[in-house]
Amino acid sequence: MAVEILKDKCIGCGACFKSCPYDAFEFEAYDGNKLGKVAKINAKCSSCNQCLTACKFGAIKEVKQEAKVDLSAYKHIWVFAEQRQGKMQNVALELIGEGKRLAKDISEDTQICAVLMGNNIEHLAQECFEYGAEKVYLVEDPLLENFTTDGYTKVMKQLIDEYKPEIVLYGATHIGRDFAPRIAARCNTGLTADCTHLDVKVSKYIDFANKNTTLDTSTLDPNDPDTGIKQTRPAFGGNLMATIVCPKTRPQMSTVRPGVMQKEPRVEGATGEIVKVTPEITAEDIRIEIKDIVKSAKEMVSLTDAKIICSGGRGLGDASGFELIKEFADKVGGVVGSSRACVDNGWIDHSHQVGQTGTTVKPEIYFACGISGAIQHLAGMQNSDIIVAINKDPDAPIFEVADYGIVGDLYKVIPEIIAEWDNAEALFDASEK
Amino acid sequence: MAFKIIVCAKQVPDTNVIKINPKTGTLIRDGVPSILNHDDANALEEALRIKDKYEDVTITVVSMGPPQASDLLFECIAKGADEGILVSDRAVGGSDTQATSNVLVAAIKRWEKDNGPADLIFAGRQAIDGDTAQVGPQVAEKLDLPQVTYVEEFELAENMKDITVKRQMEDGYELIGLQTPCMLTTIKELNEPRYMNIAGIYGAKDIKVWNAKDIEVDLTTVGLEASPTNVYRSFTPAPKAPGHKVAGDTANEQAKNLLVELKGKHII
Repeated sequence: MAVEILKDKCIGCGACFKSCPYDAFEFEAYDGNKLGKVAKINAKCSSCNQCLTACKFGAIKEVKQEAKVDLSAYKHIWVFAEQRQGKMQNVALELIGEGKRLAKDISEDTQICAVLMGNNIEHLAQECFEYGAEKVYLVEDPLLENFTTDGYTKVMKQLIDEYKPEIVLYGATHIGRDFAPRIAARCNTGLTADCTHLDVKVSKYIDFANKNTTLDTSTLDPNDPDTGIKQTRPAFGGNLMATIVCPKTRPQMSTVRPGVMQKEPRVEGATGEIVKVTPEITAEDIRIEIKDIVKSAKEMVSLTDAKIICSGGRGLGDASGFELIKEFADKVGGVVGSSRACVDNGWIDHSHQVGQTGTTVKPEIYFACGISGAIQHLAGMQNSDIIVAINKDPDAPIFEVADYGIVGDLYKVIPEIIAEWDNAEALFDASEK
Repeated sequence: MAFKIIVCAKQVPDTNVIKINPKTGTLIRDGVPSILNHDDANALEEALRIKDKYEDVTITVVSMGPPQASDLLFECIAKGADEGILVSDRAVGGSDTQATSNVLVAAIKRWEKDNGPADLIFAGRQAIDGDTAQVGPQVAEKLDLPQVTYVEEFELAENMKDITVKRQMEDGYELIGLQTPCMLTTIKELNEPRYMNIAGIYGAKDIKVWNAKDIEVDLTTVGLEASPTNVYRSFTPAPKAPGHKVAGDTANEQAKNLLVELKGKHII
């Protein structure tokens, strides 16, 4: 368990029970206090630390973990610079930006480095430098032309063993999520999936938590010199947020959702150091054969780049509701999004899904139509500049995050918005008079 | 010799129906059903289709969880799996993905000691409560098996050796060939899981519950202590300050008022 009950301080009141999302507290008999019982933590505990501030008597103590390797042997932040067919993936540039901010928070001499694997991709190193990388580890080989789990895992392990990075960041793409877990297993270190926020300094974590969360930060010390990575991600289906640390092993590794972090402004002509590494890899290492790579002919849904998103939820009633959403999106120059429920019901393809298990978006306007606002959906869209919610249920949680809420039948309201859209200017002028 | 399939499955709370008590900020667990994780249902279904198609195929479902997770094994067997193994032990509680994969690997190795090596291992891509997608690849790594994740189409040749899969990518797919034994992680697009059948529901159930000692796992590799990652803090997301309701007695008035607001703030 990550917490322990100090029996001599526990008075057996049970006030801690309701702080636990997992029902992990129970009583055990104890003859050292008036009530004759103390709290006990059972097997349901998932070590979430929610109870740390629940005891007024100081009977719940955080159990710290001891390091298992020499942590100081590991230095610098790496980003896996994912490229596909010679094209740099946006998420890699976002991570270089984020990694640079983190590096400077660790120490002045902590570098941000990109790891570039592939074949004939040296030109991409320049892109890494222009977006903030100070060093690029370049590994080229015909066997690395396309991503394979076996090939990329082996090479990354080789690099980690040789150069010992403190932190490695990967995009939470179908590639990053495939091989990062294998590297973690091979290096016997920790990996945290789908992070949405990263900190290294405790003081910055406290600022983040105070500004954006309900977390009681009184148990954290802003002067704590710890610079281990604090990785915040949705947990429990997005119903909770958890901040994960990796205190005992190195490197610390995270995958990060595309679209969450900010790129640095591009500096044309920026340069840095290129370290060429010869991969220790043979054809026998790769146990799969890629027979074909097919780019989807289906409609490309570019939710991450969309300025306006019109999303439909369970409130549409059935699949045909997306015809109205499509009409709405076409009118306003937007892209069609969806909640998880609609995708699960088979009303629309997964590529439209916004949310924790779909795409994270931050458009200028997000229209949530018939979406109740489950936390896992909110996790993917609450950073939109403006959220407009249309829902029949005035108590729907979506209204708690919406800038503008319309309580009404979406099948009546949306056609009116479509009809009046082009009149917006005239309507506004009229309202001013 | 039989073609032996292992399916890794997890019992999860149906996170879609969980709500948060706005006053206390805690999860409301009452009435939240436990279900077979979605992607794992697709993993089992694909195994069942192999069993439907070919002679002499066995399916063993392996899970880790509290004792009540044996409900899930009941369901899998009622759908057509041959046996279920639940690893349940306090010593493995608090495991992160790394430690969890150590438990599952130990259980699979223990099973293989009695039954011979598995030919194919399926796992769901990810569980809806954690959404990490890490346990499948980590099991594959520790069993030294090749893997393909995000499998959306699957075909096993009649030689029971050659496999062709479509691996979903964000912008299309890859067509991949590999051979058994291997680990495949499955997604919803792969198939439509079947329901339990009557004969299966009432038939005999071969469900084993194993503890840490049964699977002969090194106790220093499982549980919270052995997990490289730990929870630092956890909390409920803070709701953004709510905006305001757009007034209007009719849909048309609401629409007009909304557009005036958006225009007035230079949003459109």
